[in-house]
Amino acid sequence: MTNSQIARAGSHTGTGSRFWRNKRDYLGVLPFLLLAGLFLIWPTINVVYGAFFSDEGKFSFDYVLNTIKDDAFKIPFIHSLQISVWSSLVGGLIGALFAWAISTGKPDGISRRFVLAAGGVLAQFGGVMLAFAFFATFGFNGFVTSLALKYSETNFLASPNWLYELFGLGVVYTFFQIPLMFIVFLPAVENLKPQWREASEGLGGSSKDYWFRIGFPVLFPSFLGGLLLLFVNSFSAYATAAALISQGTIIAPLSIGNALSSETGGASAPLAKTLSLYMVLVVVIVMALYTLLRKRVSKWEQ
Amino acid sequence: MSTSAYVQLVNLSKHFGKVRALDGLNLDIAQGELVALLGPSGCGKTTALRALAGLQDLDAGSILVDSKDITFVAPNKRNMGMVFQAYSLFPHMNARENVEYGLRMKAHRSSSSNRKKRAADLLELVGLSTHANHFPHQMSGGQQQRVALARALAIEPNVLLLDEPLSALDAKVRTQLREEIRRIQLEVGTTTLFVTHDQEEALGIADRVGVMRGGILEQIAAPAELYERPLTSFVAEFVGLTNPLPAKVSGGSAEVLGVQVPTVAGSITTGSGLALIRPEWFKVEASTSGNAKIFAVSFLGSTCRLTIDLADGARIRVQIPSAEASNLGIGSNVKVTLKSLPVFVKGV
Repeated sequence: MTNSQIARAGSHTGTGSRFWRNKRDYLGVLPFLLLAGLFLIWPTINVVYGAFFSDEGKFSFDYVLNTIKDDAFKIPFIHSLQISVWSSLVGGLIGALFAWAISTGKPDGISRRFVLAAGGVLAQFGGVMLAFAFFATFGFNGFVTSLALKYSETNFLASPNWLYELFGLGVVYTFFQIPLMFIVFLPAVENLKPQWREASEGLGGSSKDYWFRIGFPVLFPSFLGGLLLLFVNSFSAYATAAALISQGTIIAPLSIGNALSSETGGASAPLAKTLSLYMVLVVVIVMALYTLLRKRVSKWEQ
Repeated sequence: MSTSAYVQLVNLSKHFGKVRALDGLNLDIAQGELVALLGPSGCGKTTALRALAGLQDLDAGSILVDSKDITFVAPNKRNMGMVFQAYSLFPHMNARENVEYGLRMKAHRSSSSNRKKRAADLLELVGLSTHANHFPHQMSGGQQQRVALARALAIEPNVLLLDEPLSALDAKVRTQLREEIRRIQLEVGTTTLFVTHDQEEALGIADRVGVMRGGILEQIAAPAELYERPLTSFVAEFVGLTNPLPAKVSGGSAEVLGVQVPTVAGSITTGSGLALIRPEWFKVEASTSGNAKIFAVSFLGSTCRLTIDLADGARIRVQIPSAEASNLGIGSNVKVTLKSLPVFVKGV
């Protein structure tokens, strides 16, 4: 064997072992890939594929093209978009203000640690628990309703119908949107370096100059990104609405639930899959925007 | 207080709880001068710089620039350019926009064409004219600090404040940028205060170096004077290496290693003490009957560093030209004496 042949053989063996070593490195992510495949990718494929069939199991564009024209499904879809937009805006603004307020305090202060812990818990405080909390407070026999009935019958809190309408659902959603925004926006606020303000001041900038030329422009993509996350969070919420409004279909997730389990003859798997496909499309668009924003902001987080 | 002082820090005091960051600091800086403040962490050097910038309020004292009292003037009205230790460029602006920032502010507002021209000139001055459209994340640490320097100079500041601007950079870039800063400062002629904990940096860049400890200036002098004639043992030991050796002092001179050498002001005037001897102030000769033995030899290029054990057990560090060290190896017996240079002798 010549020297060059030996060198080639050696390099080949080296590459081979590296190849298998790399393969072994991926074993660690196998459980995650399995989980994502089973509970995310497969259901998504199933939904997208299933939307293009009729109730009789034949390939068809009927549901995909016509469902959105039907007011029975279009209106809940619009409601979902509306409630997601306004609960994101309200929750986002309040959550962002909370994040800013906390960022100005001591980094290891007790109030900060308390609010961070509370934010983490409350952001997950959705579903039946949250609906029950609102029933118990603002429902027909709720604590606040009882007080209102006793002391101020004309007060709108004395008549709890608002809680079971779109507005009420939005208020309930805001309850978990605020802490979520607080959690996702706090790192961005804390990434505002004091040196930026000081450099701006040194260069003759006022506080207004700092905020409008540096603070807000730097924070804006993160704020927008936070709003998009909140939008998706609200758009895909099901359990809270289902617990609060058990019989209605005022938002898209409830329409899907109804299409899957209606006891009055309206159940249709392709219809449910079509509605899900619409939702998936909205979420994909929003998440694509979110990814673009993150890409931009991550460059600033040095 | 010097009448030619352009910047005057008069009796500045600042306490943080029980910590005295500034304890009656006095400092004068002449127009166009570059003064470096050097000292260990917590000595108050950054507090002094931030007070001059208006970013740190004071318990007492006053600050004058060009004979005007600016003690209570807001930072954005002081016209001070500042370069920070950490990269402080605005991340959403490219290099040109960063440099133009100050010129968009009310105090320095100028037309768009003037702004662009000034930014281009300054980026050229710092050697980054090809990086005008680069964002901070697209530039190295050294490049970012150059842009920060250009941004600070854009407003033609009364005083340029440099707060450890090189400490986050690697050694090679640090040396290179240090020389660049000095070149630019001399070219522009801006009065500059440079804060650092790196003595090599301070001695290498400044017209005068002030050594701080406990919120006061221990000594301020030209780099060579500070090194050769320290006024306190802290300055002698903080700036450069010293070897403490027993000395007997009388009548303005000291006997060290059997050699009579003059003492500098601030030394003890009589009795026994410790002379603080720089490594390069020793004379070393190979001698079989010598009073010392070489423990280690480090070749540093043009010079050699020898670690030598003296007969009394003391271990000293000596630096001599490499040419003189060619016949000196580990274990060699040598005779160690002193050059006749003034030394600082502290009491024991």
